[in-house]
Amino acid sequence: MWVDLIITLVKILFIFTVTVGFFAPILTWVERKQSALMQDRIGANRAEIMGFTALGLFHIIADAVKMFTKEDFIPDGANKFLHTISPILALVPAILTFAVVPFGGQYTLFDKEVNLVISDLDVGLLFVFAIASLATYGYVIAGWSSNNNWSLLGSMRTASQMISYEVTMGLTIIGVLMVYETMKLPEIGAAQEDFFRWGFFLQPLGFIMFLAASIAENKRIPFDAPEAESELVAGYFTEYSGIKFGMFFMAEFIEMVTIAAIVTILFFGAWHIPFLTTATLLSWFDFLGATGSNFAVMLIHIAVFFAKVVFFIWFQMVIRWTLPRFRYDQIMKLGWKILLPLSLANILVTAIVIMILN
Amino acid sequence: MELLIFYPLAGLCVALALGVIFNNSPVGSAIALIGMMLCLSGIFVLQQAHFIAILQIIIYAGAIMVLFMFVIMLLNLKQGETAGWVAREKNLLLSILTGLLAVGILYKIAQVLFSGNMDAPASLADSFGTVAVIGETLFTDFVLPFEVASILLLAAMIGAVVLAKNKLD
Repeated sequence: MWVDLIITLVKILFIFTVTVGFFAPILTWVERKQSALMQDRIGANRAEIMGFTALGLFHIIADAVKMFTKEDFIPDGANKFLHTISPILALVPAILTFAVVPFGGQYTLFDKEVNLVISDLDVGLLFVFAIASLATYGYVIAGWSSNNNWSLLGSMRTASQMISYEVTMGLTIIGVLMVYETMKLPEIGAAQEDFFRWGFFLQPLGFIMFLAASIAENKRIPFDAPEAESELVAGYFTEYSGIKFGMFFMAEFIEMVTIAAIVTILFFGAWHIPFLTTATLLSWFDFLGATGSNFAVMLIHIAVFFAKVVFFIWFQMVIRWTLPRFRYDQIMKLGWKILLPLSLANILVTAIVIMILN
Repeated sequence: MELLIFYPLAGLCVALALGVIFNNSPVGSAIALIGMMLCLSGIFVLQQAHFIAILQIIIYAGAIMVLFMFVIMLLNLKQGETAGWVAREKNLLLSILTGLLAVGILYKIAQVLFSGNMDAPASLADSFGTVAVIGETLFTDFVLPFEVASILLLAAMIGAVVLAKNKLD
């Protein structure tokens, strides 16, 4: 009982450190540096401590100091309570999804089965979807409670965009579900040990649509109509300053990590290395003993998983700095007239293929 | 242990449901309703019905209520009607009927509550409430009601499209 509790706490702590403590701050720097590289600039390099700039890494510290010390502004006529809780409502779902996302397989350490997922829910895949649909509220309430027309327009766009792309997201998830015949994310991950059983090969269309829909859910360019700077000032977070603005900012970056992690689990072999089974890996480390070899393989799997996650974060950033913003009607057209019929067709084709193979 | 989770959840549920009725602003009511649905799904989890709980969140809290909020914001309803509780003449018959319906439901609930054996909890199979079992039940024992319900939903959907299209043209 106590051992289980401690193991779970360690896992939660690990996820928190990796997402909130490592990825969120580092990504603010990576995004600046990558945009600078792609636009032939030098990028963040001004913050310095005693002459050292450390490639601009000190900007992370400068950002944190700035956000925590800025005046916390609540506009006239705004709903104070809702204005204050909406950044939290936006940030929490982004982190909460990690409760069901496995970051490794199952290992036997000191005669104890350790499953590298915080909560192995029977409805794991649906949980991801449910949390994604709850994330809408933070943004919608933020825009409404600000008592600002730009904000309100931003939140209206958020609501319609997120509802539209949720449909596609849910339908592509069904394709994955049909192929692997389980809703548990760790089982979906484990089923992809064989390279040619990766979700990318079994659901190629599903992968593309899922990625597109999740980027739209995250409201990043090219789907950033809800916060379009050139039209709506800053959309739903126009009236936010200081750490409340910082929370929206962090939510976006953590959501990127979440998307990368889920795409890795569902479509890119989770923690598996192509053409290398877990059994082979274990046999390589036989000289370390039962627990030792399991531990070594566990570390390798975690590293492989996060390497894939980093790849997909990079991929999202390349998309963000390559494409221009879509017009609002184009976003709606893509969601309802292209992605929705395609995802329905994807389910149909998947079902037919499964029927034939059986 | 279970009661420790049940009572706060149930209490919050009732409080938020009252909040829906007594709140002046439509957005406040909607937010209270969302909170109530989340608490309700927590109670479903306590009953080992994980699938129903997650559906409660996806469908009601995540989809329907977002649309509600969307409409409220689109109409920009800042404050509700200020006039207090007034019974409208033309709705009198309807009011009485719905009132009777509510009394009937309450009577049925009370009947079940007093007839059931509360001290001996029902024993459940390990697979109770899992997606696989619910799917199996839906597509074997309850396949006819399931299909009828889906046709009903389809008809409602087509009806909505037709109504909206008439207005557009």
